[in-house]
Order: sequence, then C-alpha cells, then structure tokens
Amino acid sequence: MKKTIQRDLFPGALEMMILRTLKRQPMHGYALVQEIKRTSDDLLQIEEGSLYPALQRLLKEGFVKAEWAISSTNRRVRIYKLTAAGGKHLEREVSSFERMLKGITQVLAPGEL
Amino acid sequence: MNWLRQLFSRQRLYRELSEEIQAHLDEKVEELVAGGMSGQEALRCARREFGNVGLIEENSREVWAWPSVEDVFFDIRYGLRALRHSPVFTAVALLTIAIGIAANAAVFSVVNSVLLKPLHYPRAEELVALHQIAPGAEGLADFENGLLLSPSMYFTYAEHNQTFQSLGVWITGTANVTDMPEPEQVRTVGVSDGVLQALGVPPAVGRWFSQMDQVPNGPGRVMLSYGYWQRRFGGDRAVIGRNITVDSQPREIVGVMPQGFRFVDSDFDLTAPLAFNRGKLILAGFGFNGIARLKPGASIAQANADLARMLPIWMDSWSNGPGSNPHIYEGWRITPMIRPLKLQVIGNVGELLWVVMGTIGVVMLIACANATNLMLVRVETRQQELAVRMALGAGRTRIVRGLLVESVMLGIIGGFAGVGLAYVGVRSLVAIGPSNLPRLNEIAIDARGLGFTFVLSVLSGLLFGLIPALKYTGPPSSLALQSAGRTISVSRDRHRARNLLVVGQVAMALVLLMSAGLMIRTFGALRKVDPGFADPQHLQAMRISIPDSLIAEPERVTRTQNAILDKLAAIQGVKSVGFASDMPMEGVDSDWDEIFVQDKVYSGDLIAPLRLYKSISPGFLQTAGTRLVAGREMTWGEVYALRPEVMVSENLAREMWGTPSAAIGKHLREFSAMPWHEVIGVIQDVREKGIQEQAPEIVYWPPLVQNRFAPAIRTVTFVMRSERAGTESFLNEVRAAVQSVNSDLPLASVRTMQDVYDQSVARTSLTLVMLGIAGTMALALGIIGIYGVMSYTVAQRRREIGIRLALGAQGGDVLQMVLRQGAKLALVGVVIGIGASFALTGLMTNLLFGVTAHDPLTFVAVAALLILVALLACYIPARRATLVDPIVALRYE
Repeated sequence: MKKTIQRDLFPGALEMMILRTLKRQPMHGYALVQEIKRTSDDLLQIEEGSLYPALQRLLKEGFVKAEWAISSTNRRVRIYKLTAAGGKHLEREVSSFERMLKGITQVLAPGEL
Repeated sequence: MNWLRQLFSRQRLYRELSEEIQAHLDEKVEELVAGGMSGQEALRCARREFGNVGLIEENSREVWAWPSVEDVFFDIRYGLRALRHSPVFTAVALLTIAIGIAANAAVFSVVNSVLLKPLHYPRAEELVALHQIAPGAEGLADFENGLLLSPSMYFTYAEHNQTFQSLGVWITGTANVTDMPEPEQVRTVGVSDGVLQALGVPPAVGRWFSQMDQVPNGPGRVMLSYGYWQRRFGGDRAVIGRNITVDSQPREIVGVMPQGFRFVDSDFDLTAPLAFNRGKLILAGFGFNGIARLKPGASIAQANADLARMLPIWMDSWSNGPGSNPHIYEGWRITPMIRPLKLQVIGNVGELLWVVMGTIGVVMLIACANATNLMLVRVETRQQELAVRMALGAGRTRIVRGLLVESVMLGIIGGFAGVGLAYVGVRSLVAIGPSNLPRLNEIAIDARGLGFTFVLSVLSGLLFGLIPALKYTGPPSSLALQSAGRTISVSRDRHRARNLLVVGQVAMALVLLMSAGLMIRTFGALRKVDPGFADPQHLQAMRISIPDSLIAEPERVTRTQNAILDKLAAIQGVKSVGFASDMPMEGVDSDWDEIFVQDKVYSGDLIAPLRLYKSISPGFLQTAGTRLVAGREMTWGEVYALRPEVMVSENLAREMWGTPSAAIGKHLREFSAMPWHEVIGVIQDVREKGIQEQAPEIVYWPPLVQNRFAPAIRTVTFVMRSERAGTESFLNEVRAAVQSVNSDLPLASVRTMQDVYDQSVARTSLTLVMLGIAGTMALALGIIGIYGVMSYTVAQRRREIGIRLALGAQGGDVLQMVLRQGAKLALVGVVIGIGASFALTGLMTNLLFGVTAHDPLTFVAVAALLILVALLACYIPARRATLVDPIVALRYE
C-alpha cells in the first residue's frame, strides 16, 4: 500500500507549487493544473490527476480551504484558498528548499573537480 | 471529537472528490473540443493526461482513512481463518488461557468485592471503628478486638469529643421472641444513641431510634431487619406501632432497616436501644464496640489524639465504687488505635486473599508460558508461509502485528470463556459460603472485574504472542523458504526460548506447590493439636438462655438447667450430658476478671492479672472429653450447698503453684467481698480461642457462686455425647426434652462440636483449598509444558536419533539421552524455584502454624515430587524416540 509519489518530483514539491500558486489567487483544481503548467513553461510534466491527492493532504493539514462555487465558465467547482497556516508552511518549505538547492548547486558546480 | 466527525463526514468527502474530478475532466474535454478535437478523442486525451482515475481517487481517499485500523481488521480476519485451520492448537491454547483467566477473574472479583470496594454506607470513608489497645490488660484486650469500650467511656467520648460527627457503641446478642406458636431465639444488636446516625442508612419503613428511646426503663422499642420483617411479618408496612415480646417484655416496633443493611459485619434480626442507666454506670464494663463518623477533614491521627485526651476526663468523671482507685487504669496503658471501619470488617482475611491472588497470578504466568510454547511451535511450522509473505513485500511490522493480533484474539476469546467459568466459580463460592469470608453476600463480578479480565486477556495475549512474533520475523531468509518441511537439524538457539520457558514453568510451579505443601503441613500440625475436647463429631452442642424476666431467682435458674440436663440424659443413646458458660472456639465473648490468690500479696494499686473465667456443670468434663489433670470434679450437692470450690486450668496451676497437684487445696477469689474458694481440681489446657491460639489460663467456677454479682450463669452451652449427635430425629427429641421443662426456652446455635472445630480451622482450610487448587493447576500446566517441549524436541531430532540407532545405539541409550535432557531442564527449574520459594514463602508466615516458612521436609518433598513428575512427562516422548525406525527417519532426506 505504498503511496504513489510523482516520480519526476521530490516529495512535497507539488504541494509547494500548489501553495505558491494559490498564494497569488484562489482557484479550482483544473485552473490550478493549467496555471502550474503555464508558469513552468510546460517544463514540468505532471499528471493532472496527481494534483488531487496532494490537495486532499493540504486540506487535511489545514493549509488550504475549499469552497464550492460557480466558475467563470458557469460550472460548479471547488475553489481552493490558501490559509494563514498554509502561508507560513509555504515560507518554511521555500526557504528549506532554497537551502537544499544551494547545496546541490554547489556540489554540482563545475571547477571543483 | 474531531476524528469522530471525520469518520461520519467521510462519505460526503468521497462524494465531493468524485464530483470534483468529474468536473475537471468535463472542463478539459470541453476545452479540447473548443480547440477543435472530436468528442471521443478529447475524452481519451483528457483521461490520458489526468492519469488513472480510480487509483487517484483511492490515493486521495487514503489521505483521510486510517490505514492502520483497516489493516488490523484485515489481520483479525486473517487470524481467525488461521486459528480455524488448526483447531487442535486453538483448542489447547484457548483452554489453557481460559482456565488461567477464569481463576484470575474469580479471585480478583473476590479481592475487589471484599477488599477494594467501599462499604455499603453513605460516605463510608468517614466511618471508623473505635479500636483501642491496652498492653497492661493482657487477656481482656486481645490482639484482634483490642480493648472494647465501657458504657461510661462511651458517654465521655460522645460528650467531650471534637473530631466526630456522631459516635456510639453497639453489641451483638441473642434474645427470645415468645409471642409466637414456637419460641424463637433471634440475633440482636443493642445500639446506643449515635450508632444509626453514624452509619447514616435511613430506615426502609418507620424511623430510627430517637434519644427518647434511650431513656432507661422507658417504653421498650425495637427495629427489625429487612429479612426478619419479611420472614415474620411478610413485609407488612402496618407493623410499625405493633408490639412484640422480646425476652418476655413487650417492645414497640418503630422501624425496619433496608435490605442488605448490617451492623458493620453482623447480621441481625432485631435491634434495640441499649438505654444505659447513666446514674449507675461505673468505669468498667469493657464489652461494647465503638463506632463513629469522623468530621469532614478530620484525620484518624487527630481522632486518636482526641480520644487520648479524653481518657483522663473519663477516669476523673466515674468510679468503680467507693474506695476504688479510678487511676488504676493508667497501668493498662490504654491507647486509642482507631481503624477505618472497612479494615474492621475485613479483619485478617486481607492477607490471605492477597496471597491467593499472588499465587493465582503465578498460575496465569505459567499458563502464558504454555501458550507461548504453543505459539512458538505453531509459528515455527508456519515459517514457510511467513517467509512467502515477507518475500512478497509484507513488512516486518506487518507480520509481527498479524501474529500479535492473532495471539491477542486468542487471549480475548479465552477471556470470554474465562469470564463464563469465573462466573460459575464465584456463584458456587458464594453458595458454599466460607463463613470466615467477610462481605460474602457482596461478592460478584462487576464492571471493575470485567475490566480487569479484559486487560488481563489482552496483556496475556500480547505476552505470549510477542516472543514468537519477534523471534521468527527476522529478515526473510531464503533458508526458511527452502527448508521448511525438511528435516535439517534445528539450531540450539531455536531451542533456547522453549527451554527457558520450561525452566520458568517448573520454577513457578515449584513455588506454588511449596506454598500448598506448607499449608498441608500446617493443616497436619493443627490436626495434631489437642483442642481440649474429644471426638467432636459425637458431641452435640446448643445454647439456651434463661432471661431475668422469665426466671428471676438465681438458684431456680440453675435448677432449671439441671432439670434440662436430666431430661437430656434420659434421651435414648445419650451417654453423658453437661453444660458450660461456653464451649471452646464457639466465638462467644469471654469473661475476664482479676483473680486474687490467697497466698500472694497484692500491694497498693497493683491489681491482680486478669484471667479468663468460665462456669461448668458437674459432668461437663466427662461429656466434653476434657481431662482432669489433678483433683476431682464438683457434685450437684456441692453446687447447691454453695460450697466455695473452684477448678483451674493446668497452665494456671503451674504458673501459680508450680505443679497441678500443688494447686489442690489452695484458695482464690475475684474480689474481697467474695469468700476464698478452694481449688479442688485441675483441668487440662483448652484451646479456648481457636486451635492456632495459645491455650489461655482459665478459672472454672461452679454454675452457682456465693456472693457474686452474677450468682448464676444464665446463658450456657449444653453438650451431649451421643452417637446420634446431629441427626434430625435426635434434635427433635432434644427440643421436646427442653420444652417439657419450660416451653419458653428456644434453642440456639444447635451444632456438633465438629462444626465448631471446622469453623476454627476454616481460614486454614480455605487457604489450603485455594493454594491446593493453584498448585494443582500449576503442576498440570507444568507437566503439559514439559511434555509438549520434549515431544517436539524428539520429533525434531528424529533424523539424528535415526542415525544414532543406525550406528548401533541401543533403545536404552536413546531413552536415557532424552530423559537426561528433560531432567536437566527440570533440575535447573527446581533449583531456581527453591531459591524463589526461599524468598517468597516468608510472605505467608502468618498463615502457617507449627511449621516454618522454610520447612526443609516440605522443600525436599516438593522438589522430589516435581522432578519425578517431570521425568514421567519426559518418559512418553522418550519411549517414542526409541521406537524411531532409522530407515523411515532417514528416508525423509
């Protein structure tokens, strides 16, 4: 019963991107996928469906909240919104991610070898 | 409760999730179609890009689910299936556990009901017994009851205390109720003001006694117990205000106490006010039980100090008559030792119950060891299955959990069966009703007992599941997969756990058998003690009381008793008859007084030591089978002539005059107004207070004594020696004989002296039976344990044994080899067990009599028994080993 983790991403990356995107503005699932794809210039190949387990996890942790609403295309959708706790979590995650990235970059940096 | 809400809102969560995912797909399709794709193609594309809808939904749902709980349900189902597949293992394991749990649940229920639960009074923790000790008044103040209160003491305490809400004294007794077709002797409790108030239980009907009812010579009042009310009046509420005749005096019924109400530890039929005559009280008269309710917040230490403070007030406020010194009681060193009432009720049975609980706990451990062994064998045979599951990716925790769930399930099922057995056990215990077990009618399996049993079941399940689970779930080895079912030799390591368990079982069984053995020795020692009467089975006893109101004049009382004796002696089959103020061990409160000896000088305030005294009729000694050591018995002629003659016990004669014969012709008396009485006989020592207690020094007065405050003894125990003792026809004739003398005299405490004797050793018998049961269970479980392990070992070593036999070993060699292995285990267990017993049997010193806690004979006998039994248990597997056919054994290769 292992959890399926998006192979291309490290654990937590998808959640981080979702929170970052929602920080800009609340939106529903479909829009969220499109937005992440758009901003990453389609560099990240994510399975659209994998968004939903991630959203459920965030909901459970209380980092986002969801409300049913009618979208611009006149469709009943669930709009996700960043909570204060989610905002803090995002900050922590981003800063730890940056530290990690810096470390990896330094190791990978040419010239040392 | 957040998780609870989650549980119920889960369905909604899942529905919304499906809806959301569908909306996503719809939107995607719509967009793709808008981009120029065909409907079919758009749907395929949307699905491809979305991924596996079912899996994603499941993964999303899993976020909310409790995987562990759901897995455990799976484990339970799997475990049940596994248990069903091996019914023999399941049955044996269940039986072992169920018996262990039943014994524990039953004993715990007794401990809980008797020792742990509060008494049935409102705010029972405030209730205390006014216990006090008086080291200077040896005899009068015995260890168990201490120094009881005198009425004057009660008045002082009631009026001057600062720590009690209410305080009173009470005393048990008997009375004759005569306004019925047949006179009846009933159990009574006399109460002072304050007793009912302290206990605080309101009457079921009517009212309590008021202070007005405590006026001496006032109108007689009485309250009924619920049982007596039902039995005599059929529960008629109109009895209030009616009169009944108690000891020939009319008394008005004012109330009925509710069902189950007892005075501390005493059942009763009637209770009446003591109505002390305050003006006539003296200091002495220490015969009343004190009871009180503490003020909220007052401690027992404060209350003790309060009573100690009032003792001088008591001595200054009252006297023992003109010329007496009230401060002689300072020499008694009276010290208040107030006890919680519960302690008073429980008495000395607490220790016994805890010892039994401890031994039964050990039986449980032995049962668990057996179950562990069974589990070990079982898990070993399931190694292949486990290895396959692990190879398929089941984690170690998962496997361990599965095995634990299985063993805990066994524990719980065993627990259910155990509770059923325990219920039967407790019911029969109450039905048998060991009379020395206090609060017997309260014993039941309650919620706490069920809780205990449940926890015990789960814990034992964990205990016997954990060792096998941890042992056989190491990293998956290809060896296990390959070798399962093959007969490669088993490593030493694998045997170690089982051997350890057997050693532990033997050691624990030894400790239990040792304690049972010590009790058997105690019982044997008790049987050897000469109680001071002979052949109790053929000694019929009964008590008859002649109240003042029926016959006032002392000599007529004695003549009536004499007439009864004559009638009884005439009954067919009666060899001899007699009476005494009480029989040994009857539990009647004894009388004590100072006894002065003529040739001794008692100077100043020095008071003569207190001695127990009794009255006996001519012919009593011969009837009871009590030996006359020196001198002679009195005759009826001497009794009526008021000849100043007396008899003493052998130990008293030795203390006073050196030898029994030297006592003859000496003189003694109780107080100065009494004439000196000549010692004419010396009687053997009698175990008056019970077989286990030292025989007290006793003065035997005749039934009628000159110049005594109570010249005749009014309540006596008649004894008859007859082969017919105890039979119904005999008792009918006895009753008729007594009625023919006076029809207003009921018989009470009709029993043979064998009953009295059994009662005296009841505590020892109960302990013996309990420890005997525990020891037998331990022995049986231990045998099963050794047998099981040896059988398994032999089965495992078939091939090795086959090779040995093929190489020329004789059957005898193999037999010896297996027996040696079993004996080694048993010996190690016995050695450890002896060490443990040495440390533990000391705990039961107080239950023993005539044998030390480290009795060498018991130790040697029990150790030998256990080794012998262990060898027997090994013999069958060993025999089987010699029958191994080498060809068959080796063919398995």
